[in-house]
Amino acid sequence: MSEQGPQQVNRLQGPAPEDRPRPSGRRNSQGIRIDPEVEAEPVPRRTVISALVENEPGVLAKASGLVSRRQFNIESLTVGTTTNPETSRITLVIEEPEPGIRQVEKQLEKLLPVISVQELGENAIQRELVIVKVHGDEPDKVQAVTEMYDGTVLDAGPKTISIEITGDENKIDDAIDAFQQFGIRELARTGQTAIARGDVWTTDVEEERYERMHESWQTTTNND
Amino acid sequence: MSEQPPATFDREATDGAETAGSTPVTTGATSVIRALEGAGVETCFGVQGGAIMPVYDALYDSSIRHVTMAHEQGAAHAADAYGIVSGDPGVCLATSGPGATNLVTGLADASMDSDPVIALTGQVPTAFVGNDAFQETDTTGLTAPITKTNYFATDSDSVGDTVGEAFAVSGTGRPGPTVVDLPKDVTNGQTERQPGAPRTPSTYDPQTEADEAAVERAARTLERAEKPVILAGGGVIKGDASDALRDFATEYGIPVVTTMPALGAFPEDHELAMEMAGMHGTGYANMAITHCDVMLAVGCRFDDRLTGGVETFAPDAEILHADIDPAEVSKNIEADVALIGDAGTVLEQLDSEMDRTPDIPEWQEQCQTWKAEYPMDYAAPEDRPIRPEFVVEALDEATPEDAIVTTGVGQHQMWACQYWTYRHPRTWVSSHGLGTMGYGLPAAIGAKVAEPDKQVVCFEGDGSFLMTCQELAVAVRENLDITVAVLNNAAVGMVRQWQDAFFEGRHSASQYPWVPAFDKLAEAFGAQGFAVHEYDEVADTVEAALAYDGPSVIDFHIDPGANVYPMVPSGGDNGQFALSEDQL
Ligand SMILES: Cc1ncc(C[n+]2csc(CCOP(=O)(O)OP(=O)(O)O)c2C)c(N)n1
Repeated sequence: MSEQGPQQVNRLQGPAPEDRPRPSGRRNSQGIRIDPEVEAEPVPRRTVISALVENEPGVLAKASGLVSRRQFNIESLTVGTTTNPETSRITLVIEEPEPGIRQVEKQLEKLLPVISVQELGENAIQRELVIVKVHGDEPDKVQAVTEMYDGTVLDAGPKTISIEITGDENKIDDAIDAFQQFGIRELARTGQTAIARGDVWTTDVEEERYERMHESWQTTTNND
Repeated sequence: MSEQPPATFDREATDGAETAGSTPVTTGATSVIRALEGAGVETCFGVQGGAIMPVYDALYDSSIRHVTMAHEQGAAHAADAYGIVSGDPGVCLATSGPGATNLVTGLADASMDSDPVIALTGQVPTAFVGNDAFQETDTTGLTAPITKTNYFATDSDSVGDTVGEAFAVSGTGRPGPTVVDLPKDVTNGQTERQPGAPRTPSTYDPQTEADEAAVERAARTLERAEKPVILAGGGVIKGDASDALRDFATEYGIPVVTTMPALGAFPEDHELAMEMAGMHGTGYANMAITHCDVMLAVGCRFDDRLTGGVETFAPDAEILHADIDPAEVSKNIEADVALIGDAGTVLEQLDSEMDRTPDIPEWQEQCQTWKAEYPMDYAAPEDRPIRPEFVVEALDEATPEDAIVTTGVGQHQMWACQYWTYRHPRTWVSSHGLGTMGYGLPAAIGAKVAEPDKQVVCFEGDGSFLMTCQELAVAVRENLDITVAVLNNAAVGMVRQWQDAFFEGRHSASQYPWVPAFDKLAEAFGAQGFAVHEYDEVADTVEAALAYDGPSVIDFHIDPGANVYPMVPSGGDNGQFALSEDQL
């Protein structure tokens, strides 16, 4: 127990802050040790993350809630079932510095219904769909622009024309710009969906799952 | 009064194994109880209510002991403390709506501290869900961000297995709370399905062993370190790795700093112990983490109360981060080497990979010098109001070294960290990540139920105690021998301290013009009450309170101006901790 002394209470001993040595290093705001030679803050990067998830109720709410409450900078989120009716693919487009991207992956992976998560590289196949509804005063010109963007007219009336365009994000942005001249009344965009290019599997468990499913199909067919 | 068979403190006698399945499964609710029994649950904490009544009805025939709490927040905290102390998930029950919302604070607390807790909540019948029925809330929606996972039970046949899964998920990997929401038609519904053994879903597979290449890199880094420290976090305790930690640190002579949740993970009377770091950590711990060149962090998440500003945290150190949760690695502090795995396993892997001991006599001496330079000391003149540190030390001295400490949140909690000597894991039970005032008393109840043969001491502030003091009724009803020490400064002291330091002493809503007589309050509940104003009453009163067989409350009227130091201001530099207010 402490000695009872005559000194003022609440005075701990030792050199004051300004009398103490300081280490020379530093970290940046993301907790990364800074190499004094190359002092660079990681810059945000736009990327696509694909998550294969169990198709259970609430899984989308869990994923989107996670992304919003952790303040990840999310550009779009889409979801749909896969070849296996028990699973869905969630595609997220995010813009985050490198540590943020890794966190999105790891936090998603922690959700119990999530089977596998993968960041897709630059060359992933990415597509988005937009429906634009423009004023129908100049149908010929609208038709020309639609053809330029490989679009499809879905509905044409005396007052409005609705067109569907599919493509990567830049193409969609450009198309919307081009339709601007007719006056866009409304539009609806789906957000990006994506899949790995070539014979690469989109997330790392998909090959094994595919083979397992394929086998069970074959056994059921053989039994019939 | 509880309608259960008389409570027994003999855990052997209440072993669920023999009685499990003694009555056949007839309803979803009996299946729920069979699942708990099958998971080895001996005790649960809760409050009755309409939507959970079928489960309580099934509990009536079970050997599982139920402790009826005064408030569901108390039930969640008691279950949380039970989980910390026993290592097995703690179970709490609540009805739908207000019962479930009252659990929320406790579940958030458990989530922040990775404590294993299972909450079973009643829900309105499935057909009413979504209609704003009487006592309906969206419990799974409310608890999604504060649980490891949660479940909405869909049918009477599978509900038992769902409870088993909730149990298995809660207690494995990085522990955490889980919720099973139980619509009344599901628990009332007929089934004869006996639940299987608790198991985790196939998508859940925590990695326990770290990657060999990473272990090798970590070992090489440690071997050539000149100023290494081990930063032990709560994961060391959760992973039962305290012995492995002690052996490792001792073998290689590496000083050990702990985070707050890790108090007791490494014996504080050990030569290598630098004790707790962070905002109110010891000066020497903060010097050690600031000046180290290699940090082996085990089972910690680099909370901002530990790191201060990340720019100045261990600025020269290479970080070797061992954790069972990959998402914690490089979340707040970038790791140079990631060791994903169970704390004990990783320490053993590292140990077998190490070829030599780091040559660090100067560093070891430097650490001892810091201990001498910045001792945790205070002056306690007799003619002053009682110093809180003195009270903490008096209780520490009067209790066995494996006594369990629980606390509320505030200055008293920090003094309990600083001036009690923790020597064993699972003897420190507090609210770290969420900082929940009122945690101490219900936690003491949960701790005592888990470890009836150990002395349990609860430190509370006057403000914190007032938030859950109604749980004294439970301590009396269950005759739990716990001692509550209220460090009464007639203020929400921690707030007042910050106002002194950062708001020019403007004490907005932090001073209590009047506080209840806590000794009399204790007596009204049927507990033993004491009040202490003078130094020379401290030792005798502590002795009398500890000797009293049942709950007792000591109202310590402490120095109302006492503040907690050292202190690293929020977001500050750990190496620049203030020793007094004028250094802030
Ligand atoms: C539920 C809750 N409400 C508010 C706070 C904010 N808060 C943190 S410490 C503190 C003061 C606690 O006062 P007291 O329990 O009397 O303890 P002391 O600091 O005086 O020891 C307050 C109000 C909190 N942590 N928890």
